[in-house]
Amino acid sequence: MTFVAKPRVHHPKLPVNDLGLTRRDYEGSVSTLCAGCGHDSVSAAIVQACAELSIPPHRFTKISGIGCSSKTPTYFLGKSHGFNSVHGRMPSVATGANLANKDLYCIGISGDGDTASIGMGQFAHIVRRRINMCYIVDNNGTYGLTKGQFSATNDKGSTSKKGAPNLYEPIDLVSIALQLGATFVGRSFSGDKHQLVPLIKAALLHKGFAFIDVISPCVAFNNHKGSTKSYDYVRDHRGDVVAADFIPPGDFVPPHAEIVADYPPGTREDVAMPDGSTLRLRKLADDYDPHDRVRALAYVQHKQIEGEVVTGLLYLDKNASDCHAILETVDEPLNALNEVDLCPGDAALKSVNASFR
Amino acid sequence: MTRYNDFVIKFANVNGSGSASANGMFAKAVFRMGVPVGTRNIFPSNIQGLPTWFEVRVNEHGYVGRREGVDIMVAMNAETYEEDVASLVSGGYLVYDSSRPRPRELARSDVVDVGIPISTLLLSEFQDPKQRQLFKNIVYVGALAELINIDFDVLTGMVAEQYKGKDALMKPNVHALEIGRNYARDYLDVPLPIQLRRSNTVSNKIMIEGNTASALGMVYGGATVCAWYPITPSTSVAESFERYANRFRTDKASGKKKFAIMQAEDELAAIGMVIGAAWNGARAFTATSGPGVSLMGEFLGLAYFAEIPAVLIDVQRAGPSTGMPTRTQQADLMSAVYASHGDTKHVVMIPSTPKECFDFSADALDVADRLQTPVIIMSDLELGMNEVMSEPLAWDDNRKYDRGKVYDAEDLDRIERFGRYVDVDNDGIGYRTYPGTHPTKGSFFTRGTSRDEYARYTEDPAIYTQNMDRLLKKWETAKGLVPAPAIHEGTPRRQYGILYYGTSMMPMQESLDLLATDGIHLDTCRIRAVPFTDAVVEFIDSHELVFIVEQNRDAQMKMILVNECGIDPAKIVPVCYYGGLSISADFISSKIADHFAVNKLARISEVKR
Repeated sequence: MTFVAKPRVHHPKLPVNDLGLTRRDYEGSVSTLCAGCGHDSVSAAIVQACAELSIPPHRFTKISGIGCSSKTPTYFLGKSHGFNSVHGRMPSVATGANLANKDLYCIGISGDGDTASIGMGQFAHIVRRRINMCYIVDNNGTYGLTKGQFSATNDKGSTSKKGAPNLYEPIDLVSIALQLGATFVGRSFSGDKHQLVPLIKAALLHKGFAFIDVISPCVAFNNHKGSTKSYDYVRDHRGDVVAADFIPPGDFVPPHAEIVADYPPGTREDVAMPDGSTLRLRKLADDYDPHDRVRALAYVQHKQIEGEVVTGLLYLDKNASDCHAILETVDEPLNALNEVDLCPGDAALKSVNASFR
Repeated sequence: MTRYNDFVIKFANVNGSGSASANGMFAKAVFRMGVPVGTRNIFPSNIQGLPTWFEVRVNEHGYVGRREGVDIMVAMNAETYEEDVASLVSGGYLVYDSSRPRPRELARSDVVDVGIPISTLLLSEFQDPKQRQLFKNIVYVGALAELINIDFDVLTGMVAEQYKGKDALMKPNVHALEIGRNYARDYLDVPLPIQLRRSNTVSNKIMIEGNTASALGMVYGGATVCAWYPITPSTSVAESFERYANRFRTDKASGKKKFAIMQAEDELAAIGMVIGAAWNGARAFTATSGPGVSLMGEFLGLAYFAEIPAVLIDVQRAGPSTGMPTRTQQADLMSAVYASHGDTKHVVMIPSTPKECFDFSADALDVADRLQTPVIIMSDLELGMNEVMSEPLAWDDNRKYDRGKVYDAEDLDRIERFGRYVDVDNDGIGYRTYPGTHPTKGSFFTRGTSRDEYARYTEDPAIYTQNMDRLLKKWETAKGLVPAPAIHEGTPRRQYGILYYGTSMMPMQESLDLLATDGIHLDTCRIRAVPFTDAVVEFIDSHELVFIVEQNRDAQMKMILVNECGIDPAKIVPVCYYGGLSISADFISSKIADHFAVNKLARISEVKR
């Protein structure tokens, strides 16, 4: 494989964001994934989301595990530091990185093998700890890099390329994230950027642990008839519950109607985000409440039994807080503190010594 | 004839019975009388009901390593009574609760019985059965005050300190001490011919657990992230870090904390968090023991190859597997130095005293940042979990943290092209940047996959090889940064030498003195780090034969020496103790004397020249 440098020139009419930057400033190097891979669409959605949010393109950390999905941080946000770490262990690395500097936006990229199998333990615990990050799973139900073994998110009965059915129960990461206390849970489809881009934007601005399960078909090993993670299958079996639209600060016009949690079908709810922007939720399923964790979990699981892949913003805790709030850390990033801030000095040590005599 | 300040006293108790604080009070009292003391907690992996022992070596000369044979046994556990009586030296003293009859067949005619009706004495004095149980331990300490001349004011002073402002607790404790003292004074033949007397040998030393000192080193060294998973005997490192960080690192105005501690779900996550935090520019550490080091293996390889600082304290216990989790060993050395798959080797520092635990913690944070690689501190249960006499901890207020080679935004503006792994200074170490430093320059992609000097993925054989060779150059650079060996040689240099490391230092002076009376004189070299500096190799080269004292079966340090320095294995004679107790001077000196006898090595080498 060779490294291909992308040309840095761009079309003069490409739109610029509030920082005067174009989408090209948020891109990374050229993808080496298969043509048509869903993961490249996810990367493109991240680029678009970050550009539209006008976050300086160097103020992110991109952290991943191992696998096809985990290669993708090279393909977006080239001005930010990335870390392709250890298989299944992205959550711990992201936790450490977030503890060190809470001012950076953290994007974690993982796959279904990386998160639902080898990384299941770490995934469960990062959800509990409410690390302030956007955790995306590029979920294709298969191990791509090792050529097509079933992963743990693959549905029972879904077939391999050669026609062998999967014999085991699937793990639904959305249900697990809901159960373990994630304050933002979404599911989307790599083939629907209109749904995915606003979800990523909202997840980035969410103060707390935001999880997005993106069904992202593998064109090489899991896109055939008989697979429940193929483009065709997902398109045919999707059910959208809550659509999220993103409104930047300043562009927001308050709705006349009072905001209530339990609103009728087809209406909307505006949620203020920490940066002053607004997340507008449009409810598409009339029996769905995105602020009720228990009912959301039940809904997702019922629909799963019916063979429907529920997508959209599935759960949002409007009063979420993050791990730094739990740990009561100082406002400054810990990595910015020096000996003046951190070292108690020799006089204090003398009193420590005295306590051991 | 009275023997002063030279004895071993052992307390046999049931764990969970509150004996630890009473026994600790005894040891501290000896220490406060200015007499050198070594304490050893011999405990089971259990919370309540199993046997536990507390062994105290008292020695005016400062020989505080473990010594075979017990002079005074305080036998409070019926279950272990038989072996406890058996462990007494001939002429020793057996202190026991005489409230109930003892099995006659276990009596020894060559030891002196010192019966105290402890339970009976407490029956009339305390109503609460729980107090009666707890104060048994205090009563024997009170009795010992009369028996071996502990300054009673020292004891009551300690109770007063411990229960300051809590009269309801202080008074009954003092009363229990008095019950023991009065009984001994009125009914026993006191004092015994083995006694304490005030001394000033300990001068300004402190008595502190190595783990506490390690934790303080991390506070002083500027660690802001601690990620850990509970495992004996390392747990108290993280717990002490939390205690002192709360005390010293809480912002007075806001009440907010200048540190983050995360109890991880396992050791893999603990080291992952440390690496993530260090990658993002914070000083971070973890503490674990052997099984944890094994679990951290994959991550340590990543940190070595991707060149990320990390500090790990390995408080070793007896392995393999769960082994003897509450016993001491030095058997993780190989697995630490060569942790992970592929060609890896890690910088290791080996403290021998609490002062070194403190110093090496802070130094390791500097060295890890400077070398951009993991540094592993090899402590052990003996040092970590026992209160060990130590030089006081000290900090130079002018000391600045060495954060190593890090480009900030101004540096990046100045230089033409940033390459993360370019060996600019020819020492094997590149310059790194923290995430978020500069809008357009200095970002790079960190990975465990092979890459070129500009952090770009490549599997080019030449580039991969060059990179692996650069890591070796860094290993050479490390030799100038790690603690140098402590070497003592006679004038002229002696024929034979002895290498040792870590807690084998505790009985070393006594071992050498014992050997000297036998005509065996050895030069000494205490190894304090891997990679070995030239001085270690020179020491071995300049002696006909060297012994190496190790607390593992396979002579792991010898293997590393032979492997790293190309030394003839026949030249290093291992003296290995791996039974899980602290290594003793008797063991070391007898093994070496045996070797001299069997191989007919020349004694009194100094005289011969």
